[in-house]
Parts: sequence; structure tokens; C-alpha cells
Amino acid sequence: MNTYARPALVLLLLFTALTGLAYPLAVTGLAQAAFPRAANGSVVEAGGRIVGSRLVGQSFTSERYFHGRPSATTAPDPLDPAKSLESPYNAASSSGSNLGPSSAALAEAVKARVAALGGGPVPADLVTGSASGLDPDITPAAAAFQVMRVARARGIDEAQVRTLVRRNTMGRALGLLGEPRVNVLALNLALDALKP
Amino acid sequence: MGMGMTSDLIQFALYLAVLTAIALPLGAYMAAVFTDKVRFLAPVERALLGAAGAGTVESQRWTGYALALLAFNGAGFALLFTILVLQGYLPLNPQGFEGLAAPLAFNTAISFVTNTNWQAYGGETTLSNFSQMAGLTTQNFLSAATGMAVAAAVARGFAARQARTIGNFWADLVRATLYVLMPGAVLLALVFVAFGMPQTLAAAFDATTLEGARQTIALGPVASQVAIKQLGTNGGGFFNVNSAHPLENPDAITNFLSTLAILALPAAFCFTYGRMVGDRRQGRALFAAMALLFVAGFAAIYAAEAAGNPQQAGLVIAGAGNMEGKEVRFGVLGSSLWAAATTAASNGSVNAMHDSFTSLGGLVAMLNMQLGEVVFGGAGVGLTGMLLFVILTVFLAGLMVGRTPEYLGKKIEAREIKLAALTLLVMPLGVLVLAALSIAAGTAAASVQDAGPHGLSELLYAYSSATGNNGSAFAGFSANTAWHDTFLGIAMMLGRFGYIIPILAIAGSLAAKKTAAATAGTFPTHGALFVALLLATILIIGALTFLPVLALGPIAEQVSLLAGRTF
Repeated sequence: MNTYARPALVLLLLFTALTGLAYPLAVTGLAQAAFPRAANGSVVEAGGRIVGSRLVGQSFTSERYFHGRPSATTAPDPLDPAKSLESPYNAASSSGSNLGPSSAALAEAVKARVAALGGGPVPADLVTGSASGLDPDITPAAAAFQVMRVARARGIDEAQVRTLVRRNTMGRALGLLGEPRVNVLALNLALDALKP
Repeated sequence: MGMGMTSDLIQFALYLAVLTAIALPLGAYMAAVFTDKVRFLAPVERALLGAAGAGTVESQRWTGYALALLAFNGAGFALLFTILVLQGYLPLNPQGFEGLAAPLAFNTAISFVTNTNWQAYGGETTLSNFSQMAGLTTQNFLSAATGMAVAAAVARGFAARQARTIGNFWADLVRATLYVLMPGAVLLALVFVAFGMPQTLAAAFDATTLEGARQTIALGPVASQVAIKQLGTNGGGFFNVNSAHPLENPDAITNFLSTLAILALPAAFCFTYGRMVGDRRQGRALFAAMALLFVAGFAAIYAAEAAGNPQQAGLVIAGAGNMEGKEVRFGVLGSSLWAAATTAASNGSVNAMHDSFTSLGGLVAMLNMQLGEVVFGGAGVGLTGMLLFVILTVFLAGLMVGRTPEYLGKKIEAREIKLAALTLLVMPLGVLVLAALSIAAGTAAASVQDAGPHGLSELLYAYSSATGNNGSAFAGFSANTAWHDTFLGIAMMLGRFGYIIPILAIAGSLAAKKTAAATAGTFPTHGALFVALLLATILIIGALTFLPVLALGPIAEQVSLLAGRTF
């Protein structure tokens, strides 16, 4: 028995120290030294306070802001912790809707969102839930779709807003990978900077 | 062909090219590691093995190798279970999470020891930093190293001539970790942080959003866990939604690198194998077979997702595809490619919610797992799973021409065929039998989220993922019940050791045999004809086993959708 038990236990403990503690702690040390901004969550500050993370979406409902995608995240009900309440863009508890393609609930939700936007067809990402519930981005089409509303709510020229959208549109990485997108928080911060 | 599709095809072609370019040298390097040619860390090796004591040097028979593996995995299970249950009393627990309930701790411990990394828990809401690091990250390394050791031992056994032993488990384990996983993970983790992934011991920070609401943003040692979860075909994420989380996969670059890391080791092992058995053509043939299945799976998922959900026709602008459960930065291509890779390899990390994939996209993801995780498969074990099919194919080909089947000059006889055939029972037992039991017991209906055929798909996906040691999920399925925690745990053990023990036995048996020189009558196992036969064997066995139940799940759903029915 000792033939197997001793090496199993000794190697398990040594590897726990090496791969479970030394490895993550060493990577933490190196990352904090070399890339402190990213390592701490890409914090965005504006007006001297922390307003979010560049990478994490947040909820926008005001007409004056560009809106992100529908979010399926929830939070525990303060009255009954066994239940959960809708809590869009809860970055402490990521979640998708997980509704299947034949789900009636999904069909109804999409219809209601399209109706709220004044009828279809609309850009798909504006009416479908993201995977994480924290998607920071919308497509350039979804941003263009909202330009008129935001310009009116702010009483500024549409062309100005369109310029901001263009400036905040990121192309594919290396011109090749991923999808063109607009970071909603960055765009809304730029709007506020233009005319608070 | 639209602009989007052209760009998608270029991205996919680039992916395959870079994957192959990485797998070739990595395969050669691992062959050198497992044949004692690379030893620059010899002092560390000696220190580890010396502390572990006797029995860690000399080559073992297959039985000794298997016992060592079981002892190590058993100890790993016990330690991880203990850490999870006692989490509340352990350090590095800034959120003050309590220990896990026994069924969930059992399920999670089995899950990580078997390289499945099924997440019945929600990472950021259940587990302390200590549990994630000392518990899960450790097993991410060690379960992958275990699979890699198996592949090395099997390759040695197949290559040996009248030998009684197939190598030393402890030495293989140490080498896989020190020479491959550790340097790879450190490098990848730092690149990930450079592209935005967090790596901190802080648990969260609070922000006040532009609209004045409070947003708590969970953080942690994310990059270090993600690097090894991708490289080691583990898949267990730091956050609940895994690599769909913008902090676990911030942009197209981290996504591309992650998708490469999913398949890098499994693909490289084909070439490692070819070198270790002294005939590189054998490895290339296996790579070709896997790559063909992978491309076919990707093409099917991509086509289904790009076509979109028929329910949404007229409501959304055509051409965006099915975006429910997908992230904008990855889109249809990035999500479909990941889904194909993660279910082909038994990785199981996700960057989109598979539950919300179209019926046919979800079907292909499921089938990838049901084939037995041989389309690249898990680190090491994907290769050995494929070798089981190779043995069956050689046998079938032998039957067709009436000759004793041979592989690498060794006669394949009744014992090897019986062992290989036995493994064909693993997937149907774990998926069909256990899922049927859940349905009969009423515990399936209680856990599914969606009504109609999609509910059956959720159940099937869960048991396919567990038995295939994949770990991805149709996440609407509530897996964290005492029943499913237990039975999915059993499925994971079955899917892990139900393959590893028989293939080690076959390796032991083949190692002992004489090697005959090839003659004009030898059926070559490296050409296109053999690859075609191998693919036919895999697909026929997979289809015969699973088509009936797939017809009741995703196929019935697709037909309903086209008829305009929702549930």
C-alpha cells in the first residue's frame, strides 16, 4: 500500500503548494507589477469617482444614454434569499438567460423588446440577452439605431453624436479577429464629456 | 457571400493554420519530454520524486501504473472535497463564503479530479479564493497531467517490443506538470493579463454607475485559473458564465488565444504519439481524422447559428444570426468556433450559452461529446480514446479481408478487442441509462428549465457532458440537486476511468507482444483509406447509439420551430 499511498500524498501536497499557491501568487505578483490597471479590473474613473470597469457593461435606462443589451442577471431577494429578483448587469453574479431557441418566454421577450423600440426589424443584439448579462458592447448598427433618440434627449446635433459613435467604434483586432463593436460605457462617458 | 462571412472564413482558416503550427513543435517537444530527452529541470524533478519516496523511478507494469494513477486521483478527490466542505474555516476567503454542502462538494471534487470541470456551483457566488486556487487550480494541473501521463504510457506500450512495463506514473506526472503545463500556464496567464484579464487577491470593487446605481464588480485571481483551464482541457471557469464573462475573456485576442489553447495539447499529442511509436505518419493520420471531424462540426454549428432563430424573423435585422446568449465581441463566428472546439476537446469552457444555441447548433455540440471525446478530446485522453477506435477499425478491416488484424506490427487479438469493445459501453451507460433513470425517477423534469423537446436536450446535454468529461452545460438545467450531483458524479467517474483503465490494459498487453515487420499483406494504418474507415467507425457507432434520442430532443425541436411552435 505504501508503494502508492506515500507518493500519492506527498506529490499531491507538494503540487498543491506549487500549482495551487505558488503559481497563482507568482502570477499575481508579476501581473500586479507589470499590468496593474488590467490586473485590478480596468477601473474607469470620472470626476474623481469610480464609475465602473472598462470591460464590464452597466445598466443604462435613461433616454440621454446609449443602452446596452438586455441582461438576465439576478440578485437574491432581500426579503427571501431563496428567491431571486431581476437585477440587470449585476457584476457580482454573471448569468445568461439560458432560454432555448423554442422557448415561448424568449419569443415573447424579444417581441416585447422590439415593440418597446417602436417595431422591427431592429438590430438583433438590442433585443437578445447576452451570454454573461454583462456584455459591455453593442454592434455599430445598434449604436446607429439609437443616435436620433440620444441626440433629441440631449438637445444636440445628430451629426455630433454620430461622430462620437464613430470615434468609439472599435474595429476587429489586428483588422482580422472578432467583431466590430462599440463600448457603451466609453461612448456614454464621451457624451457626458461633450455636454454633461 | 457577404463581407461578414468572408471575414468569418478567414478567421477560421487562420485558426486552423495557427493551431497546426503550434501543435507540430509542441508535439515534438512533448515526445522529447516523455522519452527523457528534455531534462533541464532535473534537479526539481529529483527533489519532488525523492520526497515522494520509493517506487517513483522504475518502470511499472500497466497494473502498477493504473494503481498509482487511481491512488493519486483518489487522494486528490479527498483533499479537494475536504477543502470545499471546510472552506468557511480556511484562509483567503474575503467574502466569507461557507463550506459547500456534501453533494455539491462531492460533485465538484469528482468534476475537477476527472478533468471534467462541470460547474454545479456559481464561481463568484460560492467559492473563496483559496478554494479556487489551492483546490480547483491544483486539480486543473493535476487532472490534465494525469491524462497526459496516460497518453505517454500508452504510446510507450504500443512502441515497446516484448516489454513488461510501460513507464512510471509518478515520473510522467511530474514531467507533464513541470515541462509542459506550468511554463505554458505562466506564459499564457501573463499574456491574458496584458490583454485585460484581472489577477488580484481582491474579491471585488464597487462603482457608482453613470446613472448613479451601485455596481459591485467581482474580481479575483482570474488569469491564472483561466490559463490552465484552457491549456489543460479543464474548462472550469472563475465566473459563473465562464469565458463569456468580459473579465474572463475581454476581447478578440484573448478569445483567439483561448480557443487555440483549448485544442493545442490534444492536437499536439497526435504528433507526440507519432514520434514516440517511431512512425510519424501514424500521428499525422490521427490528426487528419480528428481535424476532419472538427471542421465538419464547426461548419454545422456555424451554419446553424448564422441562420439565426426562425422565431425572430422579421423582428430583427437579418444577417446577425442567433445572438441570444452570445457576446457582441465574439459574434457568431467566435462563439461557434469556440463551441466546436470546446466540445470536440473535452474542455467544456464556454464563451456563449450553449442552451440558447439553435437546435442544430446544440445538437452538434452534444454529438461531439457523445462520440466519446475523440475529436482531439482531452489532454492525452483524447488521443488514447481515438486509439481505442483505431483498434476497433483495424479489427473491422481485418474481418473484411480475413486476416489477423495488426497495428504497428503487433497482432490485435481477442483480449485487446474485448477491452476496446467494453469501452463502447461507457457513453451509452453514462448518457442513456443514467438520463433514463433520472426521467423515470422524476428528477429530470424537476431540473429542466425549458418545456418541450428542449427540456430533454438539457438533460441529455448534462449527462453527455459529464460522461464525456467535458463540463460545458445547457446551463438552464438545475444540476445542483442531490440526485444530479450524485449521478452526474458517477457519470464523470465512469467516463474517466472507464476509458483509462482499459486503454492502459491494452497498452500493457501490446507492450508484451512481438513486433512483426510489415509485409505486402499488411494493411497500412496511415493512409487516406484507413482514415476514412476510422471516421466511418466513429460516426456509425456514435450515430447508432444516439440518433434515436437526438431525434426526440434537438431534431424534434427544430421541426417544431420550423412549424412555428414554441413551448
